[in-house]
Amino acid sequence: MDWYWLIISGLFGGLVGGMGMGGGTLLIPILTIFLGFQQHLSQAINLLVFIPTAIISIIIHAKNKLIDYKAFFWLVIPAVVASVGFAFLANNIDNSMLKIIFAVFLICIGIFELIIAIKQSYKKRNNFTDKIGI
Amino acid sequence: MARFLRGILSKKANNIFMSKQSLEKLKKTSIMLVAGVFIGIINGFFGGGGGMICVPVLLMMGLTNQKAHATAILIMLPISIASALVYYSHGIVDWNIVIWVALGSLIGGAVGAFILKKISNLTLQYIFAFVVIAAGIRMLF
Repeated sequence: MDWYWLIISGLFGGLVGGMGMGGGTLLIPILTIFLGFQQHLSQAINLLVFIPTAIISIIIHAKNKLIDYKAFFWLVIPAVVASVGFAFLANNIDNSMLKIIFAVFLICIGIFELIIAIKQSYKKRNNFTDKIGI
Repeated sequence: MARFLRGILSKKANNIFMSKQSLEKLKKTSIMLVAGVFIGIINGFFGGGGGMICVPVLLMMGLTNQKAHATAILIMLPISIASALVYYSHGIVDWNIVIWVALGSLIGGAVGAFILKKISNLTLQYIFAFVVIAAGIRMLF
């Protein structure tokens, strides 16, 4: 695998992640569709790549006092336990099966985001018509 | 006596044992516990995407948009490390690939955070939604 394709894939994932949308949600299909990686490998890469990126963002955000530590504890404990269990489960599932389940997950996320976006533009338009008095 | 018992059972009586504030706190804590399990399931099983659930949950908890995004990253870090260890233990990690993708991701992340202020958020959301749906359909076939 040529290194520049790997960097370009990372660039796209990072770009979307940096904008506050699901970076990993995009990086995994990029690696699977365009680079032909196995689904398990793409998922493992995404998890590992997230770590250095997250550490840098956390340092910057902490300096800007944007992190709410109160909300941290109760979410993290159950999440870590559940994630380990389901990571084991994913690793014991056949590659094509995992890929199909992931694809359905992606479509659900897409529809969810689409609904939110439509709701927001509807709200925006209403605000606009209120302002100009229609 | 019967009146007293009925009083305990009724909703209003909860306030005898628990103030409204602590009841609210208990409610918040239980929502976070359930949401935490859900975030863990998604992130462990799909190797990502937990942040997309974490941000709305934090917004629901009353955090501002900026704080929710920042805090979500801190929450996702230990979860991702834990899941990554499981994937790593199954021997599917190739460090040569990880290093190059991580390099790209770091640059992309910095650029993304920088240009975020210059593009309409809503347009981006539409693009993201369509790209993700297209990718999902492509992966099904």
